Amino acid sequence: MSYRAKGEEVMSMSRRNFLKLAGVSAIAGIGGAAIAGEVQKSVLETTQITPKAGALTGKRLAMVIDMGKLKSVEDINRVTDACHRIHNVPHFDDPKHEVKWIWTETFGHTFPGQEHKFMPEDMKHEPFLVLCNHCEYPACVRVCPTKAMFKRKDGIVMHDPHRCIGCKYCMAACPYGAISYNLKDPRLAKNLQEYMNPEFPTRAIGVVEKCMFCFERLAKGLKPACVEASNGALVFGNVDDPASEIRKLLASKYTIRRKPELGEEPNIYYILG
Amino acid sequence: MLEAAITGSRRYWIWVSFLLVVTAIGFISWLRELHMGSGLTTGLSRDVTWGLHVGQLTFFVGVAASAVMVTLPYYLHDYKAFGKMTILGEFLAVSAVIISMLSVFAIMGQPTRIWNVLLYATPNSIIFWDLVVLSVYLILNILCGWTVLGAERKGVPPPAWIKPFIIFAIIWAPLIHTITAFIFAGLPGRDHWLTSLQAAHFLSTAFAAGPSLLIILSIIVKRVSRFDPGNIAIQTLAKIATYALIIHIFFIGLEFFTAFYSRIPGHMRPLEYLYTGLEGHTELIFVMWTSSILAAVALVLLLTPATRRNEKTLILASLAVFFSIWLDKGFCFVVSGFIPNPFDRVTGYWPALNEFFVAAGCWSIGFLVLTILYKIVIAVREENAG
Repeated sequence: MSYRAKGEEVMSMSRRNFLKLAGVSAIAGIGGAAIAGEVQKSVLETTQITPKAGALTGKRLAMVIDMGKLKSVEDINRVTDACHRIHNVPHFDDPKHEVKWIWTETFGHTFPGQEHKFMPEDMKHEPFLVLCNHCEYPACVRVCPTKAMFKRKDGIVMHDPHRCIGCKYCMAACPYGAISYNLKDPRLAKNLQEYMNPEFPTRAIGVVEKCMFCFERLAKGLKPACVEASNGALVFGNVDDPASEIRKLLASKYTIRRKPELGEEPNIYYILG
Repeated sequence: MLEAAITGSRRYWIWVSFLLVVTAIGFISWLRELHMGSGLTTGLSRDVTWGLHVGQLTFFVGVAASAVMVTLPYYLHDYKAFGKMTILGEFLAVSAVIISMLSVFAIMGQPTRIWNVLLYATPNSIIFWDLVVLSVYLILNILCGWTVLGAERKGVPPPAWIKPFIIFAIIWAPLIHTITAFIFAGLPGRDHWLTSLQAAHFLSTAFAAGPSLLIILSIIVKRVSRFDPGNIAIQTLAKIATYALIIHIFFIGLEFFTAFYSRIPGHMRPLEYLYTGLEGHTELIFVMWTSSILAAVALVLLLTPATRRNEKTLILASLAVFFSIWLDKGFCFVVSGFIPNPFDRVTGYWPALNEFFVAAGCWSIGFLVLTILYKIVIAVREENAG
């Protein structure tokens, strides 16, 4: 496991941040050295325990969504339900209060600006799966004032609901709209009143939440729930490993990502079908 | 000096009681929001996650920063006309910072965890820096204002050691608003906020709205007490507000040019939402146009020497500047950054009554602090005048 190379990547990001901070601190008249120490610490803070043998690991975990294999509404619902059910995601009817980890959007809304009037009609209406992009340079992690949002060595962008202060800065920062906020007590949602997975914690009112690539399943050597339920339409793996299935897929098929121009380096790839 | 705050006329106590009642209503409304969740007590949603309170933060940090418009000319350029005014500017800054900080506190879903911001200090986060700079600025202004006033009471010049702190506060003032602009100006995918003009624009609005408020407060102080901050000082403030307002309007023009000449949807659509409505969502059109009309009225009143010099029309102009910028920056600016959402969909926003009450509570606490501090200033000045 060559964690070090990954560590260096993280370092270069924080070096860039450090330069920005040094500029600010120069104006502020605060010693830059103290901040440098802080930034280094903030990187180390996200150091994780060594995964158990058999856990699915990697340096840059990613997902390919093959829309050609997700044709029916049932296919899609099976995938989203699998996730929402095991993670106790509350369902609220009012779209203003929605909490969602993986859901669907039309092509035009998934890739704003890419739709044009001459494209195939069915593609315009096809439901595209959307979820957290587990970016290489996640804006949500950058802005979080408590490191409740943090990036693991394997690339997963994690959220700690016990540290979150509910400032919603991450939601303003995420260009993918991937983060939800508990505007209502999630435990009062009808679906959670009916069924709750005792193995996964529910969240409190006043904190954010999002997809965490099924970190709890990866630790046991299982693939993410959505991938498992997708009948091969969703391919998950370590894109840093040239021999991995996901790399072979990416090398053989043309894929696109959402808003690549923003430089967050999203890790969800789409094959248009 | 604090004893001056507990003796006062009937009018003083009615005003203080009023503020205490509004504070209590605000506090109860805030508890309601905490208990029931912002889903039921605010107009916020998954798509528009910041609203009125973040607007108050933005606006009042500007008011706080504008104290520099009186301290800088007086302390660095020895502009004597501001001699009596500096303390009013510094104490206004104190109460404006308090309103800003309370407004940030009000947006938090888990306010009991506020110390996490210091416990897990994160220099990557602009909110962390905002907390730092605002706290320092609050302390600086209390320290400088209180020390200078204490010396004045004894009839001696301010101690020499306070001068570096005063200079520090002058440098610090633009910094607090720059950092507040950075909260917005560094977010990918929020094109309406993502402009390097943001901090400069914030400062221009701050230096228009802050001095306007200070003009109104100075005239109130003059009318309710024997302390007169001075007509020359008020007129200079009016000129500062005029220049700043012109720069603000110029910056709005720049925004429109970039958005509509480039025709980039991400830049055009938030402006369309504000001024003409977007996909049937028209919530803020009235607010935005009111702001524009008030700015135009203020500009005419301030540019015309006769109406600028006349106290009555100057009050009107100052109120117009203050509310124009409040509606824009304290209300529309934050909301329009969220529209359209990252999926290019439009979710509207209008604050709920409970949200207004919470904001009113924050205002009341700020104005209570302001009233008490100004009361002390007046007492010292009246005592010295004999």
